[in-house]
Amino acid sequence: MAKRKLRIMVAKPGLDGHDRGARVLARCFRDAGYETIYTGCHQTPEQIAAAAIQEDIDCVGLSCMSGAHKYLFPECVRQIRALGGDDIQIIGGGIIPKQDYQLLYDAGLKGIFTPGITLDDIVAWINENIVPNVKE
Amino acid sequence: MEITKKVRGGDVRAATRLIRNLEDRIPHAKDTIKHIFSHTGKAHVIGFTGSPGAGKSTMIDSVVAELRKRGKTVGVLLVDPTSPFTGGAILGDRIRMQRHALDPGVFVRSLATRGALGGLSKAVGDAIHVMDAMGKDYVIVETVGTGQQEVDIINHAHTVVVVLVPGMGDEIQAIKAGILEIADVFVINKADRDGAGKLYRELVYMLSMVDEFPGGWKPPIIRAENIFDADSFQRSLDELTNTIGQHYQNLIDKGLLGDRIRRKAVLELNEALLAAILDPVLTKLVESGEMKEMTEKLLKKETDPYTLAEMIASRYLVMPAE
Repeated sequence: MAKRKLRIMVAKPGLDGHDRGARVLARCFRDAGYETIYTGCHQTPEQIAAAAIQEDIDCVGLSCMSGAHKYLFPECVRQIRALGGDDIQIIGGGIIPKQDYQLLYDAGLKGIFTPGITLDDIVAWINENIVPNVKE
Repeated sequence: MEITKKVRGGDVRAATRLIRNLEDRIPHAKDTIKHIFSHTGKAHVIGFTGSPGAGKSTMIDSVVAELRKRGKTVGVLLVDPTSPFTGGAILGDRIRMQRHALDPGVFVRSLATRGALGGLSKAVGDAIHVMDAMGKDYVIVETVGTGQQEVDIINHAHTVVVVLVPGMGDEIQAIKAGILEIADVFVINKADRDGAGKLYRELVYMLSMVDEFPGGWKPPIIRAENIFDADSFQRSLDELTNTIGQHYQNLIDKGLLGDRIRRKAVLELNEALLAAILDPVLTKLVESGEMKEMTEKLLKKETDPYTLAEMIASRYLVMPAE
């Protein structure tokens, strides 16, 4: 049987146009062998959720530099779950203070990645923690 | 079957998973196609092709908007290239059409080529069937950014739109033998730029050399200008949408739709035969290690590929006597 390919989405919720990091990540995921969907800037949580469902995504990586992650990240989780994406893993990154980590983990984020972490570390973490969410 | 019912009911999760199983070549996905195949053939399949950055995704976004205004439902399949080195891909066409993400009448799915060379992915043919069986009125397929030879879209689309842009040098000369031949409709995008007039004249000249067009359909040339003037851009896209509809109607009126459908049927049968006959043999040869042995023999020049292939064929292929 053919090997399953990981489908991953890089998304930027909210009013934040700083997408260099998101693009670097998308490129890095391509090089890691994943099929990577990038949805562009200024997305609402609803749009991100709908895209994740339509594209059969295994893992959504949210990026936020604007400081609104405490609202946007949990809202993205909620919208994805509301559309039936129970098995979609959600991770996040950007300018996120340490004291907000627990709130985000409690909201359902599986991993948080902030400045200083290397691309290799991120890919290693994904390879260890994310599997294609297909049963058979 | 449960999944068949879900797909026919328009369930996006079931449909996108089925497309994934088709991409991953999971055997039971083929069985589902067997069940939905008889329910396909209703959608108008439109292909968009053209060089990278020509504006295919942006055009599709506007055509989708126009079709939705007319109350039609749309499925969109976006193909982007797979890296030959890592097997990964960036699927970025979706960015241009995220405004439709919340519209239940629009289903957008991105696919990677996974090594296919004709500008599409191998799974596209079946993915079109899936969206067709979901009841979409239109299925729009965007090829990868194409050069000269990526013309597989003609095997799948009823109407092929070729998007061109001015200022790419002597590109008409370069591509007139390949991609320009497959166009049912031409769009000159970014027509406010220098060189648009020249491109238009070259297209007209090229078309004037054709004696007779099938069904009398001479591919129209539509100009689309400055996207930042939203009204005028949308007007040219309305014209494009109308023209696409007229082309389809012409196919029906002139009895040519059957030819297009036949083209796809032949291709699908060929591919299914290849998969049914060749794949099991290849698997066996690889698993038994014979493939490796044969490769070694070739490297040592002990034999040649044709002799080996004939030997394998005579072992597995039993032709019934006439």
